[in-house]
Amino acid sequence: MADSVKDKVIGIIAEQAVLEPSDVKMDSTLEDLGIDSLGLVESIFAIEEAFDIQVPFNANDPSESEFDISSVAAIVRAVEGLVADQKA
Amino acid sequence: MRRVVITGQGTINALGHDVPQTLQAFREGRCGIGELDIRDLDRLSIRIGGQVRGYDPEDHFNRQQIALYDRFTQFTLMAAREAIAQSGLDFCGELSHEAGVVLGTSGGGMTTLDENYRSVYEEGKNRVHPFVVPKLMNNAAASHVSMTYNLRGPSFTVATACASSNHAMGQAFQLIRTGLSRVIVTGGSESMLCFGGIKAWEGLRVMSKDACRPFSANRNGMVQGEGAAVFVFEEYEHARARGAEILAEVIGFAMTSDASDIVMPSRQGAARAISGALRDAGLNPGDVDYINAHGTGTAANDKTECAAVADVFGPHADRLMISSTKSMHGHLIGGTGAVELLACIMALKDGVVAPTIGYEEPDPECTLDVVPNVAREARVNVALSNAFAFGGLNAVLALRRV
Repeated sequence: MADSVKDKVIGIIAEQAVLEPSDVKMDSTLEDLGIDSLGLVESIFAIEEAFDIQVPFNANDPSESEFDISSVAAIVRAVEGLVADQKA
Repeated sequence: MRRVVITGQGTINALGHDVPQTLQAFREGRCGIGELDIRDLDRLSIRIGGQVRGYDPEDHFNRQQIALYDRFTQFTLMAAREAIAQSGLDFCGELSHEAGVVLGTSGGGMTTLDENYRSVYEEGKNRVHPFVVPKLMNNAAASHVSMTYNLRGPSFTVATACASSNHAMGQAFQLIRTGLSRVIVTGGSESMLCFGGIKAWEGLRVMSKDACRPFSANRNGMVQGEGAAVFVFEEYEHARARGAEILAEVIGFAMTSDASDIVMPSRQGAARAISGALRDAGLNPGDVDYINAHGTGTAANDKTECAAVADVFGPHADRLMISSTKSMHGHLIGGTGAVELLACIMALKDGVVAPTIGYEEPDPECTLDVVPNVAREARVNVALSNAFAFGGLNAVLALRRV
């Protein structure tokens, strides 16, 4: 289960960054991958669609959001948390 | 006042994906109107239109661009690419800071609206793609042209229904004429051939179910089209100094408002716009050889337009040519004046007047020379382009052969 969330999130980020999933490392930041603010909201939309969850993310001030986007690993962890909450 | 010339033109519409294909269709009197290929056609009573065919966005734009570009923006960018390439201009340095984009559109991103309303209302989805707003906004096309070509001067979108493009090109003309800019990319686009876009027009009951036959006694309404045309308007000395090919000169523009009815046209409002354009250009009525008519194929427009032309030109009305190319490409609503300007430039530059096709029966209320069915070779020194919008907003441009 955990792996599949990770793989799906990496797939979404890779598509947005126009990279192969193997080029997306867990410690990469979105900036490293060349994803800008519009790319970020598009990625979050894709994540919401893929997992049928609501991501608490405010594009006005991403650092104030509960959703941690500081690295690929942080995003995967946050999505895993949201998916688990939804099942609970 | 500065002189304003046209140094580039581009288009995509039901007659072709570029200017040469479109002009060839004008010369052949070919009709681009046919059965629509859109979703839920079986729920529409109007099933024809001047649709752009054989067009695949993926041949022209990458995935990220397609995610951001509504169909009306895609059409605009394709037309702009052709026009700017022809002009030979490269926007850098000082020129880029004054060059701008003034475009007409009526509906903006109608396809985006239609698809997303369907998704939330019909399919009950509670989430839409984050680019819905930047995709559907009316100024999206103008902004993407400015971003693509580094145009950093005055840019905006004009929405005056069926006169949008003429109003836009009139603004571009005035920006250059008054010295505010040396180059403005201008024209317009529309992409309303989606379920909601056609259903709305059906409601007015002014649409033809079989053909657009302007000025013909058996006409039975208008037919929608889609596409874009974009031009490079340039200050004359600037164009001459760099040895650019000049396609035509823009010499006058006028706009009037009927201030009377939200849909019915006014003979006086139209006549005042035509005579205003002549006055602005310093022309006598007898100087005009060709008018590209608004010519929608509705009973109301065509007889009002003919009466207005008769009022302004007197006996000369019977000597000039007036044709409606909407019979071939359909009514592009906010983009129509731009595509029709191509016919004016063809008349001035190539000496070929595009016909009014579908003309079958003379109408005693429309007795002008409408160049019926077959294009005509003629020396045209001065041409006008008429646009009379719903809401009574009229805009007429005057052009001269160079």
